[in-house]
Amino acid sequence: MPDATSIKSRIEAGIPGSSAEVDDWTGGGDHFRAVVTADAFAGLSRIQQHRMVYEIFGDEIGGPIHALSLTTQPARNP
Amino acid sequence: MSDQNENTIREAISEAISENDVILFMKGTPEAPACGFSARTVGVLQSLETRFAAVDILPDPRIRQELSAISQWPTIPQLFVRGELVGGCDIITEMFETGELATLLGSEDAASASEPALADGSVLQIENRLS
Repeated sequence: MPDATSIKSRIEAGIPGSSAEVDDWTGGGDHFRAVVTADAFAGLSRIQQHRMVYEIFGDEIGGPIHALSLTTQPARNP
Repeated sequence: MSDQNENTIREAISEAISENDVILFMKGTPEAPACGFSARTVGVLQSLETRFAAVDILPDPRIRQELSAISQWPTIPQLFVRGELVGGCDIITEMFETGELATLLGSEDAASASEPALADGSVLQIENRLS
């Protein structure tokens, strides 16, 4: 069963330089909510940003992970 | 469950996407959504008084499988505007809040003003299209 901590570390490992905040939305271990910030998102559409995150999990989305609600944003470089 | 059937489903989905300016693939129907994310997306479209076609993906698992293969998007709902995937519930909600969705759909209304109107929230059933 996936948990918020493992989803966070997989996102951060899958998208170099990213940081993710993940919580278990319902407490049931299958609906998660993530806010992901990454340099790699710069210049990409929201669709492309979300796809990068979904690709890490492949078939698990819709399977063991029933829902992964995403908010993605490019990192701000001062 | 032959390859041919799956190709037919895929073609029907592609056709539905190209024939409808605004089309939502969802769980359940606009009147009776079967998932909170689908319900929220329908609510956003209705609050913008958007005309949209809807396809319930639940009756046959191959609909979702083929849709995701076409769109390269794993989750439901999926909203397409003028043939392009706009997003799922998160992106639609975010674009609604920023006003981008109203702009996108508003320009759609102007562009299709002379086209025959689709019934509000009409339900396109892929299975029926194949029979």
